[in-house]
Amino acid sequence: MAAAGAAGAFAVGRASAPGEGTAAAAPGATSYPFRGERQAGIVTPAQDRLHFVALDVTTDDRDELVRLLQAWTEAAERMTQGGSAGPVGPVEGAADAPPDDTGEAIGLPPSGLTITFGFGPTLFRDADGNDRFGIADRRPAALEPLPLFSADVIDPGRSGGDLCIQACADDPQVAVHAIRNLVRMGFGTTAVRWSQLGFGRTSTTSTSQSTPRNLFGFKDGTANIKAEEGAALDEHVWVGGDDDPAAVWLSGGSYLVARRINMNIEIWDRQSLDAQEQFVGRTKGSGAPLSGGKEFSDPDFGIEGSAGPLIPVDAHVRVVHPDQFDGVRMLRRGYNFVDGSNDVGGLDAGLFFIAYVRDPRTHFIPLQRAMAKSDALMEYLRFTSSALFAVPPGVGKGEYVGQALFG
Amino acid sequence: MRKTLLASVAALAVVPALAACTENASDKNGGKGGDARALTVTSSADGCELSAGKAPAGTLTFDVTNTGSDVTEFYLLGSDGLRIVGEVENIGPSLTKKLTVNAPAGDYFTACKPGMVGEGIRAAFTVSPSDDEQETSASDQELIDQAQANYRAYVQDQSGQLLEKTKQFVELYEGGKDDEARALYPVAREHWERIETVAESFGDLDPLTDAREADVDFAAGEKWTGWHRIEKDLWPPAKGYQALKPAARKTYGDDLLKNVTELDRRIQATGADALSYPIDAIANGSIGLLEEVAKGKITGEEEAWSHTDLWDFQANIDGARVAYEGVQPLLENKDAALAKELTTKFAALQKLLDQHRAGDGFVLYTELTQPQVRELSDAVNALSEPLSRLTAAVTS
Repeated sequence: MAAAGAAGAFAVGRASAPGEGTAAAAPGATSYPFRGERQAGIVTPAQDRLHFVALDVTTDDRDELVRLLQAWTEAAERMTQGGSAGPVGPVEGAADAPPDDTGEAIGLPPSGLTITFGFGPTLFRDADGNDRFGIADRRPAALEPLPLFSADVIDPGRSGGDLCIQACADDPQVAVHAIRNLVRMGFGTTAVRWSQLGFGRTSTTSTSQSTPRNLFGFKDGTANIKAEEGAALDEHVWVGGDDDPAAVWLSGGSYLVARRINMNIEIWDRQSLDAQEQFVGRTKGSGAPLSGGKEFSDPDFGIEGSAGPLIPVDAHVRVVHPDQFDGVRMLRRGYNFVDGSNDVGGLDAGLFFIAYVRDPRTHFIPLQRAMAKSDALMEYLRFTSSALFAVPPGVGKGEYVGQALFG
Repeated sequence: MRKTLLASVAALAVVPALAACTENASDKNGGKGGDARALTVTSSADGCELSAGKAPAGTLTFDVTNTGSDVTEFYLLGSDGLRIVGEVENIGPSLTKKLTVNAPAGDYFTACKPGMVGEGIRAAFTVSPSDDEQETSASDQELIDQAQANYRAYVQDQSGQLLEKTKQFVELYEGGKDDEARALYPVAREHWERIETVAESFGDLDPLTDAREADVDFAAGEKWTGWHRIEKDLWPPAKGYQALKPAARKTYGDDLLKNVTELDRRIQATGADALSYPIDAIANGSIGLLEEVAKGKITGEEEAWSHTDLWDFQANIDGARVAYEGVQPLLENKDAALAKELTTKFAALQKLLDQHRAGDGFVLYTELTQPQVRELSDAVNALSEPLSRLTAAVTS
């Protein structure tokens, strides 16, 4: 925890944190260490709020990029412990200079803030095929831009990116503060490509959490991999040491799939309860599969009703179930979003899907393809953004994020 | 809208005389203490326990909880033990579903059917006279029969015209008479759009016939065929498009005609293969066509190349209105206020759409201003919201 500069920042009026991610008595006092074997913000119990940003690198200078990653590492460490972005603080510096922290988090506790960094395919080679930073030979084979799926209506302006930063916290202002300050530090080296706010978690990453609801009103992520499932994490989330000889630096990391999924809210709301449940394959109230039982009962796809299986063939829960994909699972960490209204007064709203997987080629692309083809829910969804990032493993003492890639 | 295949007559084992509205009960509230019309049913492997053996006439609700390990069903049967007054099916183990049914005074039977086989576990049930009793529903059956016959005739007529105009269209297109083909394109498609929910219920034919380019997963090896493939060839993009050669035109044209012919064959089928149109399917058809407008036509996505979306818009509204008017007499018996509201909102939307007529058809979607699109969208929402209650209202 003892990073240079952190001590000074603690004095800036933000509550100091108990550390180690234990739930504390004071609301928002929870904090998670930034350094560790894995990056925080993956198996960390999903916080309530998200600010996600994708950036493009604007410099050609590898050293400049590395210096930014070093500065980001220090700033992220300070902020996740309730400190300021810069080493000085929002009001502690010279009066004739802008503060090195923007100040909107003064007095706010750490709020469980995690900051997670990822590298996009275009960081390794740009659109013209140039090896921008001498790392092209270290690009993981799986780090290819995701294909276009049927019914994708992807906006290129909010897809892809050389880098990403996921900031999650239980206070939206804390998450926004983190992204805002990291973006500020990057000017001249990076520029924002797109960003997304999420206001309510739609997944559970720990058995200590109850399953939240998405904007369709259904429990989401019931079958998610949880932090407590160590073997499943190794099998489905963490990149193994032998997975990719060219990208050993990613060993112990993961892949982050981001998809902005707009929901056709107004039309969905006019579906009968029965139809909604048939689309999803679960009851709306308890989240039990239509084959019976309780929320965490395994769906029984074979059980027949009077006119076909109780869980219809095109029900979401069936189409994307691990049984259909050799048992592959993902760790979902998505958020509900509402970005105001569209030009006909409908809610511009939906699910900002984030999933961490060991290999998108086996753990995501086949599921998305099956969903696009067969899932009844597709009538009410449109995918407006798509991105894939390689998320390096955690940052050790004295290291900077991504050091194994650039070192 | 859920795309349910319209079952053929032969496949329909049991048709309730008056289909009842079924919905899932919320998880915790079972029978509400004071309400004698709110009953609970516990269906176990060998039992069917009701919270009471009688109720006053009116709208009764049965919250049916399955405590057994097989899928169960619950029925309210007439005094002959045969006529189905209301039913709720497909209740999985540990789940609860709600049956809502209007029951006049009289003698009934209740039946739970664990495993969905046999006579079920039956008991007598009495509905006593009450001031809340609804008008007898004896005439409802006639209205239902009439609605079903009328709707079948309408769908068959539209399908026949669709086939006829598709033949002409394909002939023009394959013969290189592009101007005439372009003129006929939106006119022929009107017949498709009027019965779109029926056509879509054939999950094999719909994607072959009506897929938009964006719906096709080319990366997975899917092929794009049908109306919109030809549309793009007749209204090609300015850059980067390779026009289809005559041989390819014939391939796509013949394929479209083949699929429309097959659609018509299924719709015109008689005897055991004839399609049946249960009252909830007709009402859902009306709702579904409005949903089509809201999803594809109001956004100009349906006719991405020809921009003839307003023809489709009108045709969807035509089909929705015809389906609605078929069940309107029934609705007037059950919920006169809703019937009045729907009639008014249909007229308001039509009036708005009429402002965009040009010649025999409409202006192109691209000629609409953003405020005009917004105005149409608001009118669609205004109609769609009450219309979404139609099925529950006519089947209650």
